[in-house]
Amino acid sequence: MAGTVKRDYSLVGESTRRAIETGLASAEWYHTDVPRKAIKELMQRSDGPAIRDTILWIVAILGSAAGAIYFWGTWWCVPFFFVYGVLYGSSSDSRWHECGHGTAFRTRWMNDVVYQIASFMLMRNPVTWRWSHARHHTDTIIVGRDAEIAVMRPPDLLRAALAFTGILDFRYSLPALVRQAFGKLTPDEKSYVPEMEQHKAVIAARWHIAIYIATIALAVFMRSWIPVVLIGVPRLYGTWHMVMTGLLQHIGLADNVVDHRLNTRTVYMNPISRFIYWNMNYHVEHHMFPMVPYHALPRLHELIKHDLPEPNPSIWHAYREVWPVLLRQLKYEDYFLKRELPPTARPYRGEFHEVNMSAAAE
Amino acid sequence: MADWVEACAVGDVDEEDVIRFDHGGRTFAIYRSPDDEFFATDGFCTHEKAHLADGLVMDDIIECPKHNGRFNYKTGQAKGAPVCVNLQTYPVKVEAGKVMIQIA
Repeated sequence: MAGTVKRDYSLVGESTRRAIETGLASAEWYHTDVPRKAIKELMQRSDGPAIRDTILWIVAILGSAAGAIYFWGTWWCVPFFFVYGVLYGSSSDSRWHECGHGTAFRTRWMNDVVYQIASFMLMRNPVTWRWSHARHHTDTIIVGRDAEIAVMRPPDLLRAALAFTGILDFRYSLPALVRQAFGKLTPDEKSYVPEMEQHKAVIAARWHIAIYIATIALAVFMRSWIPVVLIGVPRLYGTWHMVMTGLLQHIGLADNVVDHRLNTRTVYMNPISRFIYWNMNYHVEHHMFPMVPYHALPRLHELIKHDLPEPNPSIWHAYREVWPVLLRQLKYEDYFLKRELPPTARPYRGEFHEVNMSAAAE
Repeated sequence: MADWVEACAVGDVDEEDVIRFDHGGRTFAIYRSPDDEFFATDGFCTHEKAHLADGLVMDDIIECPKHNGRFNYKTGQAKGAPVCVNLQTYPVKVEAGKVMIQIA
């Protein structure tokens, strides 16, 4: 059995060096064979579905905000804040994601506008996060390369639990924006944001901070908490749905592999969660074919599911599957869940991880 | 002296689509625009090594399949992050039903 090599999650450290040396960085990934004609049809862009969904989204945000303000000071404001918080602090993540890929709308400026708004709602620098997400797609869950590994090994369960409250975003995202506004990028950020783009990250951070300062000034001027509970603070009370769905994308599965079927999870979800999450529950499909818009992912899933592990039938089922894996990783961080492929699938691509798979997989 | 090389037949590329063409150890992308003109660029995205022929052609734009970076395939111009470096383009002509590209 291979001994455990301690993972170094910095993007400029020992794991980075090893990933580059072994060819794990910028590797060629496994893709299910799909005829060009079929994938071309699925990739087609259209403004219609995203305009419809965005109008619904904006109406729901404004409506819940109006209800929250109207009932401010009574318990009746709570359900409105519950809805508003999830729309602000969770559904913005999927809008950020799809528009960052440029797949939600056919028209580029529409993607860009929603991307900027959603980035602000999430306290994410729109420049650094665009590049970190590009890296996430190049090197998905490659330790030392992927800047978006949500739960590292061994898992910090307290940190994962706190993520549901959004406290960590205030602890890390807000100070990061302040730091960036002062022109300072970390070595990790510099490793994935090209030099010619770094000044844009500073400008974007300054805009975000300026809006937060204006919000606080407005609250002081109005002598009311309403501005801050509507702008910024929803990141605390409304982020739970984003974390609940987002954690499932990769948690408990393999790292340092080049087959998304091994490190990514598809979960069937209820229609409300799918609206909030914009179909990102079809996550293996998204990683294999990131050009397919969110509204076409269910069709892509039907087309390639013969080659993928059986999806988890619900969010609850997925967490029940993940929990014992996390507990075992506390003692043995190489352990991961290797999900069975159907007989119709091509075998896992295993050249980079055969040793780990035989030693650690369930 | 740049050579004209036969890349494919006209009918090999659908309208508003792209195919891959390998020649002399290099990879190119051959495009057919919606108005039935042909164009050629380097075959790999300038951001990371992804085959543009697996991407999506929309009007005069080719979108990379890996990170959705967009180029104008007629001019090679990169249209914004995550692509920052322009794409090399090549002259194209159609002769007797064949698409020819001029490779330096």
